[in-house]
Amino acid sequence: MSQLDAFRAEVRQWLDENCPAEMRQPVTGDDDVCWGGRKFVFKNDAQKMWLDRCVAKGYTVPDWPVAYGGAGLTPEQTKIFKQEMARISARPPLQSFGIWMLGPALLQFGTEDQKKHYLTQIARGEIRWCQGYSEPGAGSDLVSLQTFGEDKGDHWVVNGSKIWTSYADQADWIFCLVRTDKSNKYQGITFMLFDMESAGVTTKPILLISGNSPFCETFFDDVVVPKTQFIGEVNRGWDVAKYLLGHEREMISGGGAGGDMRSLGAAMLKSVGANDAGELDDPVLRAEIAAFDVDVFAYRAMGERFMDMWKTGRAHPASSNMMKYVGTELNKRRYELLMSAGGSAALEWESDESREGARPRAWLRTKANSIEGGTSEVMLNVIAKRILDLPGA
Amino acid sequence: MPLYHNEDQAMLKDSISPFVAEKAPVAHLRQLRDRRDETGFSRELWAEFVDMGLPGMLVPEDQGGLGMGHMEAGIVLEEIGRNLTPSPFLTTSVGGVTALTKGGGVQAARWLPAIAAGQAIAALAIDEQARHRPDRVATTAVRSGNGFRLDGQKSFVVHGHVADILLVSANSADGLTLFAVPREAKGVSSDPRLLVDSSLASHMRFDGVELNADAVVGDVGGGQAVLDAMLAATRTGASAELLGVGQGAMDMTIGYLKERKQFGRLIGEFQALQHRAAHLYGELEVARATVMKAQQLLDEGSEDATLYVSVAKAKAGRAANLAVREGVQMHGGIGMTDEFDIGLFMKRDRALSEYMGDIHYHTDRVARLNGY
Repeated sequence: MSQLDAFRAEVRQWLDENCPAEMRQPVTGDDDVCWGGRKFVFKNDAQKMWLDRCVAKGYTVPDWPVAYGGAGLTPEQTKIFKQEMARISARPPLQSFGIWMLGPALLQFGTEDQKKHYLTQIARGEIRWCQGYSEPGAGSDLVSLQTFGEDKGDHWVVNGSKIWTSYADQADWIFCLVRTDKSNKYQGITFMLFDMESAGVTTKPILLISGNSPFCETFFDDVVVPKTQFIGEVNRGWDVAKYLLGHEREMISGGGAGGDMRSLGAAMLKSVGANDAGELDDPVLRAEIAAFDVDVFAYRAMGERFMDMWKTGRAHPASSNMMKYVGTELNKRRYELLMSAGGSAALEWESDESREGARPRAWLRTKANSIEGGTSEVMLNVIAKRILDLPGA
Repeated sequence: MPLYHNEDQAMLKDSISPFVAEKAPVAHLRQLRDRRDETGFSRELWAEFVDMGLPGMLVPEDQGGLGMGHMEAGIVLEEIGRNLTPSPFLTTSVGGVTALTKGGGVQAARWLPAIAAGQAIAALAIDEQARHRPDRVATTAVRSGNGFRLDGQKSFVVHGHVADILLVSANSADGLTLFAVPREAKGVSSDPRLLVDSSLASHMRFDGVELNADAVVGDVGGGQAVLDAMLAATRTGASAELLGVGQGAMDMTIGYLKERKQFGRLIGEFQALQHRAAHLYGELEVARATVMKAQQLLDEGSEDATLYVSVAKAKAGRAANLAVREGVQMHGGIGMTDEFDIGLFMKRDRALSEYMGDIHYHTDRVARLNGY
């Protein structure tokens, strides 16, 4: 048995013994997700037990170094770990922007003390982070952001506002792009970290077309940020931000909004019904769903290849933009088909049967997939310029 | 196994890519076409393939081959696709070799070393109607004397008129059976047709062809397993070649966007074209990953290969088709001329996409394999 086979056997046995049955069910809604943090309330004992056991093994962040709360797995081992998790439909023990975004940025740009402090907190699910990037006047044109940190010697005083801050009202800390030099557009931004309970921070949820409020407006009114709380160099936060956006796109395209990677058609048999030949009982919808399934399976292979290449430094640095574009457009298509397959039942907004309109709300939520974290159009611009090297502005 | 080429495979690509580009660029196809070549490919070029050991890539080492896998064969096929190289590699070295290896026995022992040595060309006689339906077989093999008598007809037999050995599906009393039929056998006739991509594919007749009992590839009545293996390999190979066609068309088109000027600007500056080019890039990258996945699963002998072969053929078909359509459109008027190569890519894509099941066939198969 090769070392990797032995590792697989070990993981399989550990999962078998430690993953509670309740945690082997597909995630059906946001309240099935463990986000961690000071304010998080566990849905049940199994959810807490699963988190605790994974924390003890470093399995919330399997590929992070052991010193920072990870399990120190190699890319090959991480892939096997994920395969074994998927094999038993195990839920991720912990999800967070800390894991997906801040963590990778800290690993790349953080000091040793920062890594030990913040990464360990993230790995244990102790602190829930939110991301302060977009502003009312700075969406796709993010670098024109205006939130300003005035230099006061040993600290900054931050004023301004952010928008589309995911779960800002539930987060403990924020990683935030703040202008610290008004004379230099790209090299005048600092990547700051601060507590959301700091004096002067307020949040206001934004009601979306889905009827939910996952995003907030976040206001900073003379917020004091000590000059120890930034990553990288002062005025060079754009480098960190760009790096981190790569990871956000990786996340959105991979496990996140890239969505379910199983056959949609097989899952729709029950609601659409089958004809005598056992085929979905609407030939045109069946054809569209089958074409979609081809793209889903294809994208699954792409995700595997992308991660294999990304983790070993083989991927084009801009290829996460392509993943984000393809993955989010695919997920929007999935929900259009889910709505069609559901018929009038998929329209119900408030009923027990519809779990309070879970499907139509999720359908509407997916429309943001190709807007947040860089619109599809921005992704295509980046691919055209950085990968295809097409000319022009 | 990571989903990218390992060092050996990358080295193979580094040697194959310039080899095919130098020996058989698109101009080579034009030469054969313009002189109305009756073989359909260059035997001189095939001899050079032999010098590099390529025809026997998939042939086991103990039978004179290199014992490589579909991942490696795909590297060769992608370059064949990129250069629109007419070649018997797909039918002979991928489809034929896979069937013979799977079947084993006398036919494998006879033909595999010959293929590896470049002494035999194989063709696949599977379809009997214009659209790919390998399960609809009217050709019959009736027990006769020491063996069988074969009667029926097949169409779209690429290289059928020049092949040394034909792999023919037929129904026997015991069920579907695959036969290795020498083209020179009495009662075999071919009617080669020139196709849209300047390739030659034959309508073939089998009129009372007398075969020995050992002409069976695999077991009598056990043809399905051999046929399935052959189809899986050939479809995956065709997907890799399609990927090359698509990539070649895209590279040419991106190049054109960077040199053609209108309204005083390079047309590649126009966002309307940039976004379409970027979208195409994504589709081809996804197709590449999918084809590689199918190759890897086949090489691993995984059950999932069945699904991924059809996903790959459908996805590579879609992506390559988008590449050639965008290619012709973005080239504008010159894209419609015979003088420019982009139209040849469009023609090749059409023929290759049809071969062994088109986008629609394989999309439907994905649905069936998933139980709907």
